[in-house]
Amino acid sequence: MSVPSVHVQQLTKRFKDTLALDDISFDVGRGELFGFIGPDGAGKTSLFRILTTLLLADAGICTVEGFDVVKDYRQIRKISGYMPGKFSLYQDLTVEENLKFFATIFGTTIRENYDLVKEIYQQIEPFKNRKAGKLSGGMKQKLALSCAMIHKPEVLFLDEPTTGVDAVSRLEFWEMLKRLKASGITILVSTPYMDEASLCDRVALMQSGRIMTISTPQEVISNYPLSLLSVKSGDIYTLLGELREYPGVHSVYAFGQSAHVAYQKNDITPESLHFFLKSKGHKQVEIIETVANIEDCFMELMTSPMKE
Amino acid sequence: MKRFNGFVIKEFYHIFRDYRTLLILFGMPAVQMMLFGYVLTNEIKDAKIAIYDPSGDVVTRKISDKILSSGYFILERNLNSVDEIDPVFRQGNVKLAVIYEPGFAQKLEKRGKARIQLIGDASDPNTANMLVNYASGIISNYLISMNSEKVPIQIIPEVRMMYNGELKGVYMFVPGLMAMLLMLISALMTSLSITKEKELGTMELLLVSPMEPYQIIIGKVFPYVFLAFLDACIILLLGHLVFGMPIMGSIFLLLLESFLYICMALSLGILISNITNSQQVAMMISLVVLMLPTILLSGFIFPVENMPLIMQVLCHIMPPKYYITIIKSIMLQGNGIEYVWRETLILIGFTAVFLALSIKKFNVRLT
Repeated sequence: MSVPSVHVQQLTKRFKDTLALDDISFDVGRGELFGFIGPDGAGKTSLFRILTTLLLADAGICTVEGFDVVKDYRQIRKISGYMPGKFSLYQDLTVEENLKFFATIFGTTIRENYDLVKEIYQQIEPFKNRKAGKLSGGMKQKLALSCAMIHKPEVLFLDEPTTGVDAVSRLEFWEMLKRLKASGITILVSTPYMDEASLCDRVALMQSGRIMTISTPQEVISNYPLSLLSVKSGDIYTLLGELREYPGVHSVYAFGQSAHVAYQKNDITPESLHFFLKSKGHKQVEIIETVANIEDCFMELMTSPMKE
Repeated sequence: MKRFNGFVIKEFYHIFRDYRTLLILFGMPAVQMMLFGYVLTNEIKDAKIAIYDPSGDVVTRKISDKILSSGYFILERNLNSVDEIDPVFRQGNVKLAVIYEPGFAQKLEKRGKARIQLIGDASDPNTANMLVNYASGIISNYLISMNSEKVPIQIIPEVRMMYNGELKGVYMFVPGLMAMLLMLISALMTSLSITKEKELGTMELLLVSPMEPYQIIIGKVFPYVFLAFLDACIILLLGHLVFGMPIMGSIFLLLLESFLYICMALSLGILISNITNSQQVAMMISLVVLMLPTILLSGFIFPVENMPLIMQVLCHIMPPKYYITIIKSIMLQGNGIEYVWRETLILIGFTAVFLALSIKKFNVRLT
């Protein structure tokens, strides 16, 4: 990696009694699609606000394209695009007026950078005379993304762009991000949805203001230290509790219609577990070995004690 | 510059698409004018009176004629006995009763003395006072005209009310209304529109853009300068055409002073929006801290000279007071800048202080 597009070193941010960001460090390479995965309150929004020069950190160094977020905030505001977590466009302006307004205040025009937003904007262009407040969730996100990109930013900060958006639109949105990335823009995106992590180049798993791990989604999964069984039964509710009691079980989480049982290799065999569940009166018990997905990894990281 | 234009255009979209804003901007001046002009008037016109005239002679009838033809009073009832006075007041229509002594003309002739009693309904003390004063004025006028040949020496005070000869309320309320409405539109509306951006989260996007903070603020405020100025013109025009408010001095100076006052109110609005993040708080501050003092402490309704010392001191730090003084001086007395330069300087001072505070308080970041 040459000069990083975004460089963060020992960043700390405190709000009164709560530590929003606790000694965070990472680098994002030029043209990388970098994801921050974590539950609400993990510190993602604070981090994005610091990087977009909206908040001041208490300690640490942050640069965006080599510009310091405190000293050179004016330069950063010229080259970055930001899409806040909350839908923040003018609801009483139409789709086109919003886009035009944001183009104007960044000193450009829709026509000049139309190519850049074309793919996204074309999808909402049929509704360009509709007020932004009357758009559906997916369309709002597309408009917000168009507005964040209309000035051809070098770095794009997207704070939970897919929260509250239906599954189809979410997928479409990520498709768009991939195409944007292909044009060389650095993209930092945060999301509470763990399944979206696999779509990033690299992800940082965040919790309580800390980054627990940074790696590619493949690495996150291959570093999973445990073995997994996917267990199904007719009665999923009692199943979870009884699995937790079984000796050798490390953790149990509901995962859709099945339960994921994590254990240290060789502690449990599927056959013995099957026998145990039968004896507890479970019917239609189905146990298969499975590979960890990003969610399993996150659950594991969340419960394991923090590595110092 | 293109950025700025785009910003101002956006701001006008906001204003013109929100019918409530429009209503406040243009409905309120008209409604307030009508309210103060026709409803809340404290002038005496067609006050209802009752007359008890047991003697019914030439003199009493002549006096009654004089009173009724003055234009201030109309006769509601002729009373037949003194006992009817109380019930007639209780009905509430009659505000003044005129009672003559029995054998009025005779007594006047014989003893050179006769008595008239004026009874006012003092449940509204100001009105009662005024009615009694008007009526006794009319009576003494009549007496003077009657006696002028007989009495050798007399002192007749000739009262003249300068600049508002007919003591018209309109002369008072047009300046007061201008001060109040311009304050409301400028300070309230701008503080609301700026805090609205904060509430919606769009301020975040504006801050992240290369727009400079002062550009954002001027862009937000500019439409209101224009609209408030338009409102000032509407009030002046209504006051002049409908209520006959004179404009003796230079209209140019009047508009210039109004413009200065608008700028003062706008910088106050900016200051309010800088110290709060919610529309509700901005509204409360504007209404409680600005509107009430503007109405009560500016000399608009209650004369400053009659207030306790502490309130008088408070009055002197209320910008509207100076504006009202200025425009009254220009409109009614036809004075030029040489008479109002001190108040003008004070207004400029207020503007500078508010702007300086706003700039100091403005945050290039969130919170």
